[in-house]
Amino acid sequence: MHNSNRGGPVDPDGAAVISVDSLAKEYRVYDKPEGLLASVTGLFHRTSRLVEALRGVNLSVGKGEFVALLGPNGAGKTTFLKLLSGIITPSRGTAHVLGHVPWERDDDFRRRFALVMGQRNQLWWDLPAAESFRLHKEIYRIDSARFERTRDELVDLLDVRRLMLQPVRELSLGERMKLELVAALLHEPEVLFLDEPTIGLDVVAQHTIHNFLKTVQAERRVTVVLTTHYMKDVAALCERVVVITHGSILHDGPLEEIVDRFTTHKIVTLDLDATPAPGQMERFGFPCEIRGPRVTLRIDRTRIADVLPEILRSESVRDFSVEDVPLEEIVAELFRAAPVPSVSHASVVEATA
Amino acid sequence: MSLVSAADQAPPPAAVPPFAGLRIWFTMLAICLEERLVYRGDFIIGTLMRFLPIVTQVFLWTAVFNATSKADIAGYSRNDIVAYYLLTMVTRAFSSMPGLAGGIARSVRDGSVKKYLVQPVDYVGYLMAARIAHKLVYYLVAILPFAGVFYVCRSYFPPVPDAGTIAIYVLSLVLSFLLGFFMEATLGMLGFWFLEVSSIIFAYMLVQYLLSGHMFPIDMLADIPTGIAGVSAADVVRWLPFEYTAYFPAAVWLGKIQGATLARDLAIEAGWVVVMAVACRIAWWRGTRRYSAFGG
Repeated sequence: MHNSNRGGPVDPDGAAVISVDSLAKEYRVYDKPEGLLASVTGLFHRTSRLVEALRGVNLSVGKGEFVALLGPNGAGKTTFLKLLSGIITPSRGTAHVLGHVPWERDDDFRRRFALVMGQRNQLWWDLPAAESFRLHKEIYRIDSARFERTRDELVDLLDVRRLMLQPVRELSLGERMKLELVAALLHEPEVLFLDEPTIGLDVVAQHTIHNFLKTVQAERRVTVVLTTHYMKDVAALCERVVVITHGSILHDGPLEEIVDRFTTHKIVTLDLDATPAPGQMERFGFPCEIRGPRVTLRIDRTRIADVLPEILRSESVRDFSVEDVPLEEIVAELFRAAPVPSVSHASVVEATA
Repeated sequence: MSLVSAADQAPPPAAVPPFAGLRIWFTMLAICLEERLVYRGDFIIGTLMRFLPIVTQVFLWTAVFNATSKADIAGYSRNDIVAYYLLTMVTRAFSSMPGLAGGIARSVRDGSVKKYLVQPVDYVGYLMAARIAHKLVYYLVAILPFAGVFYVCRSYFPPVPDAGTIAIYVLSLVLSFLLGFFMEATLGMLGFWFLEVSSIIFAYMLVQYLLSGHMFPIDMLADIPTGIAGVSAADVVRWLPFEYTAYFPAAVWLGKIQGATLARDLAIEAGWVVVMAVACRIAWWRGTRRYSAFGG
């Protein structure tokens, strides 16, 4: 397993904004067997198991970095964000964010970061967002002039000024998310944690939020860590990608590095003069799709320079294109290939309730 | 269009502005008030419905007095009883906390309590602001029906007590608000340990209903022995917190409790407020620790 522990670009003071050392989190879950009889015996005797959500993770993030946490469901991404924002305490290991241990939750720390969770809202449901902003002004002790300036800039960037005065419950999901982001950034946090910020949003809203986050991050040098399932988020925003599977870091580095490391094939699409005979294209590579005269082939990256001229020579090709395997597929492959850790540590413990 | 540049980004102010806590709190109060007013219709109906049980109770006691030849029961005349019930309604308007415990438990279950772990804000303080807002809106709506009922029933009341008694009455009402608040808030925080607290809340409501004086004046328990010589059921209940959320202020107004007993009972009430406020803090502190360890 490649468990890299290298820092990103470190800020001029030399200190990382986020540093995580052997951070681990275990949960005890109780098994609930099926059936009535089992439910009754379960009243007296329950079996539980330890689930390792995070297994000794190391990470260092410098000021102004934009990091994506990528991983399949249940990989430990959200657990990681919860640890970094101090909602949960770890089983082992340490972390420092802005020099604070997050789960000590001192107000000094809490005034300097923000967490936005896709489905949870910090905005008051029945009131216009402007009211929630006013509350944030007090909670975070933002002085009036600064508050107004920041708020105006943020709502203009997202073009939500007119929505600010409408009760939040009347807004669409995308509109709410934009106002959530404004609320989270009013106190100009130095660190921003985003848990699936674009989940369920349409393409336009996603795009707006990407541009917004890019601008904010670039102009304020905010350190951003986000979890997502959308490769679009990653491609648009993050220079650095941390892939988590089964609670461990599988890869940590620039996006291109993942593509480089895990792309073994290219996708070649050919428009031929006529539908090829069955078996005719196999010698060049794996045919993904043959639809009439249009053929899509998967060709080993190391062979592409040899194979392509050969195709052009031997077949009558009208048009062709060579593309990388889509990011989604690379990542899906990456998740699948991730080694499943041995279960020896996830010991089954019997407990009497 | 330019955002605040990095150079412009001053570190957060180290010095705490004076009264910062109070300002947050008043802003919370104002916002909670606005939120409550969104549901004013629901509030008005809820308020008016509260007058129904009192009517049945007055009928019940009228029947009791009709059936007996005695002019008073445990020191309460027929008029006293009506006045007593109306006064416990006033106390309950301060001490009852509809939805508080359940709301806290729900916020733990659905995870919205996380917000108060991430933001530099005190959850108990927020709950208090929200509850005061809740009460203020309630009084705004309830003042008219209350005034109407008290006007109609004015003949049942003894003469208005002296200023000193009124002052103690008001103090006991404020303490009953605090006591009700901290008891229910503590109860709600059991949600950190149990997935479902509605049965616990139900059991609490039942005991509360019996021992608060909501159902009958607590001094009626003075003749009920406990098995310990010289200690009546009323003596036991006096040392519990419940009667201070309904009976006690009403009894103060009616002049049932006076002198040294009054001072002692007021001290017991204040003592329970402190105990429950501390219990609430501890429950929050231990509860969030457990929540954090368990998984958020």
